[in-house]
Amino acid sequence: MNAQPIHFKPSEGFRDRAKAVVDNPFLRQSFRGAMDFLMTKRAGLFPDAEELESLRTLGEQIRQYNLGKLPELLVRLEENLTKNGIKVHWAETPDEANEIILGICKQRSAKLMVKGKSMVSEEIELNHAAEAAGIGALESDMGEYIVQLAGEKPSHIIMPAIHKTKEEIAKLFHDNVPGVDYTDNVDALIQIGRKVLREKFLEADIGLSGVNFAIAETGTLCLVENEGNGRMCTTAPPVHIAITGIEKIVEQLSHVPPLLSLLTRSATGQNISTYFNMISSPRKPGEKDGPSEVHLVLLDNGRSQAYADEQLRKTLQCIRCGACMNHCPVYTRIGGHAYGTTYPGPIGKIISPHMLGLEATATMATASSLCGACGEVCPVKIPIPELLMRLREESFTAPHANPSMLGQGAGYSGLVTAIWRGWAAVYRSPALYRLVTWAGSRFSWLVPSNQGPWTTVRVPLKPAPKRLRDMLRERG
Amino acid sequence: MSARDRILAKLKAAPNLPKPEPDVAAWFAGHRPVESTAEKIARFRKHIEFAHAEVHAVTPATWLAKLREVLAERQIDKLLVAEDTPHGAAALDELPRQGVECPTYDLPIEAWKTEMFRATPAGLTAARAAIAETGTLILWPDAREPRLMSLVPPVHVVLLDSTKIYNTFYEATQAEGWKDSLPTNALLISGPSKTADIQVTLAYGAHGPKELIVLLMGDEQ
Repeated sequence: MNAQPIHFKPSEGFRDRAKAVVDNPFLRQSFRGAMDFLMTKRAGLFPDAEELESLRTLGEQIRQYNLGKLPELLVRLEENLTKNGIKVHWAETPDEANEIILGICKQRSAKLMVKGKSMVSEEIELNHAAEAAGIGALESDMGEYIVQLAGEKPSHIIMPAIHKTKEEIAKLFHDNVPGVDYTDNVDALIQIGRKVLREKFLEADIGLSGVNFAIAETGTLCLVENEGNGRMCTTAPPVHIAITGIEKIVEQLSHVPPLLSLLTRSATGQNISTYFNMISSPRKPGEKDGPSEVHLVLLDNGRSQAYADEQLRKTLQCIRCGACMNHCPVYTRIGGHAYGTTYPGPIGKIISPHMLGLEATATMATASSLCGACGEVCPVKIPIPELLMRLREESFTAPHANPSMLGQGAGYSGLVTAIWRGWAAVYRSPALYRLVTWAGSRFSWLVPSNQGPWTTVRVPLKPAPKRLRDMLRERG
Repeated sequence: MSARDRILAKLKAAPNLPKPEPDVAAWFAGHRPVESTAEKIARFRKHIEFAHAEVHAVTPATWLAKLREVLAERQIDKLLVAEDTPHGAAALDELPRQGVECPTYDLPIEAWKTEMFRATPAGLTAARAAIAETGTLILWPDAREPRLMSLVPPVHVVLLDSTKIYNTFYEATQAEGWKDSLPTNALLISGPSKTADIQVTLAYGAHGPKELIVLLMGDEQ
């Protein structure tokens, strides 16, 4: 039922995957339509440019302030969560995180884990690890449920099943859910999912969720959602396990309202999500529901590498709204799966290299026109285009000692570097420049008409028969 | 060295780049209006109705009749109430006489989880307060009125005192001193459960209540 684990080598086959989507009019239409819809909704919720700009500045300040104190805040969060009765676990790698989560499951002899939407759980491939350990892991967010039924991965961090048409989902439900007649009525489809999953919430031994904000001063986990499955996963089963990246932390409760407003308005164009769920402890004596155990798993998985560099640290400001992918001309055309990483789109391009190393992701940063839309809409002002440039540099310059990133120089090519060096030399010397352009205009017939990918859709590039300087001289 | 120590060591080895503390209070003071009660009620209603909640203005004298009416409209004859709350006790006192069964949440959920999930069509809770800016109800479930009451029943009826509406979420957390008093679970609810996960088509009643009915308690009119 689950998608095969991805052995992430996003750079391999990226062009082929991208081309397959570009050639598929249905997928193109799905993504274009959905992204246009989300962009319009977002724009409608930020009618005042001054308010938007000042709120983004505040969001950036809040995230940078909290990242500035990250080690201290993590310790404080741990202290306060522990005081509140929530058990804190730390994991450096996805394997460690899976081990912790499955360890808790085994201790409780758990058979079924229901999952609220969590991209970090996708990042660690928890579903596969659970399956291998004989524990059922069932996605309960409608989009995630659909994607899991189809044996696929989310194609968008907010709208996981955006690549599927309702007809495809109708067929999927009809084929996989016992006793369901074919219907492509969206309301009816949602009610089918509701019915199936309600029984699972009732039955589940473990509820798993992500975290949108963890508040250090109060020891509180905050979750943003519309469906209510997040509340189900965190309230109905006897054990709740939350998992989050170490960067999703704020020092103060007062930091949450501005970030929440930025998050929901940027993500789906909502003033606020239907539910904002703040969890500060397991069930207290006398309380009649809620889990008796709550755990938090803090995952590093490369985030500390980004943290170590002042510029790359900005990557960690992200609040995972997805606005950068909604506004990205590349994402809109190739969709989420082509990237081959858990996080697609612009944010995926800047965060994945820290998780997977540049060797696997060297070309990701080149899948961008550097149009700047992502940076312009980012609610916490991550300079994504600058970071893409930085990652290109890290990938394509010669490997050197003490690199700031794992896999630095993975995309380095001696030939390409020599060509650019030659290019730079020509432009630095007026005499050489004159010579080369003169030769170019005289010997343009030597330029091949097959110029690789360029000539598959364009006419060949040939130097003009006369140089600009010659034409100007003739004009006097 | 544990994973914890290794992670913290890596973070501490990174350059220490302290940043100035953001002034959240100043931003809200400069960008959000402080409105009168009537304006806040209007704004709250506008937003929560836009999110498909149903709002009825009621008074202490009329709310039970309105509650009876909204249940009757939906042919619901069973309402989960919290008997240790004043509104729960009042409903328990009145509704069974009018043919609405009122089970109470007096046992831990383990004792009756199946019944809660399969045979509880509606629940009644109070809201602690509300937020005008976003049309949001604030609930602090507790031992008397537990968490699942506002989540599992397909119809959720909420009583809200119209004098307890804040301008913003920020104002609510500040005025009530939340940072020193957060309960097990604090909730913001801004409409019935919904999703747009299939072709960005909005559908209500994803996993939580399909309908959210707000009884907005004001003075005698």
